[in-house]
Amino acid sequence: MNPNLEEIWVYLSTSPLLGLTLTLLAYQAAFWVYKRCGFHPLANPVLISVAILASLLLATDTPYQTYFDGAQFVHFLLGPATVALAIPLHAQWPRLKAMAGPLTIALVAGSLTAALSAWGLGALLGGSRESLMSLAPKSVTTPIAMGVAERIGGLPSLTAVLVISTGIIGAVFARSIYRWLRIDDHAVRGFAIGIASHGIGTARAFQVSEQAGAFAALAMGLNGLLTALSLPWIMPWVERLFAR
Amino acid sequence: MIAALTLLLVFQLAGEVIARALALPVPGPVIGMALLFLALLLRGGPGEDLRQTSGQLLQHLSLLFVPAGTGIVIYGDRIAAEWLPLVVALFLSTFLALAVTALVLKALIGKRPRMPAGDDR
Repeated sequence: MNPNLEEIWVYLSTSPLLGLTLTLLAYQAAFWVYKRCGFHPLANPVLISVAILASLLLATDTPYQTYFDGAQFVHFLLGPATVALAIPLHAQWPRLKAMAGPLTIALVAGSLTAALSAWGLGALLGGSRESLMSLAPKSVTTPIAMGVAERIGGLPSLTAVLVISTGIIGAVFARSIYRWLRIDDHAVRGFAIGIASHGIGTARAFQVSEQAGAFAALAMGLNGLLTALSLPWIMPWVERLFAR
Repeated sequence: MIAALTLLLVFQLAGEVIARALALPVPGPVIGMALLFLALLLRGGPGEDLRQTSGQLLQHLSLLFVPAGTGIVIYGDRIAAEWLPLVVALFLSTFLALAVTALVLKALIGKRPRMPAGDDR
């Protein structure tokens, strides 16, 4: 590298501009692919963006923290976006209220299935305790999952990665599962993807219909609440019950 | 747009303060969402500016998960060592959660007649 280029690289690799710009460019490219594929779930934009960025970081030997110093501005918008979910929720309120009983039962069933099956399958296959406790809250939105993981003995940053993976898996495969189970009500589809795959599932649901999106947003919020309140006391009990 | 963004941040801020003041296990933005929802119920709905700005923000909600997802680069070693339990648990448990929630909800709401007459889909 000639000295001039090296100078430019030193500037870019220490400024937040590069990480931020690359995040947006990767997403633009990923969204273009998603659109070209007719919004097929396999062409999930989060999956493609992460693949592009992770390859770039590994290829240029850039530490994640350096990248995140720029990307944090995008990450920060998760907060106001979560607050903004109140608007579609309000728009669907009459239908949500009419289904309050069934939604509550489905919430408890889905939430427990997500946490206990993740822990149980991981335990059966010999996962370490830290990994199991990072897996348990994987179906709820990132900030809640990280907080819960910390309380029950997982690794918060590993949890963030598992949460995002869960979101992508749900967004990619939900349609096939619904077709197989003959679920075609958008309210049911939205609610289930919100329980299993939090915000990424909700993002996918909004791309399908506003009704699916609103039910997904509600499910995500409720599952976050239930998981935050229940897992810290359920998990020690589960561990004692299945002490190996 | 700026007014709507300010409003969203004010509700998030209120949520963060409440979560910390009452030591709640729920993150501030989720409390902010609940507060804004209550405000909308009381006011009767969002204004045009708030509706448009939120719509734009939620349209590209996927983008906002990209920085955290890229964190996968830190965990290469652990994932290589424990790939089997991690991958199986992630996939199967997500499928199970989707199926159980959808089937339970479908069974419960299916009991009530909710299709208009003639629609036997």
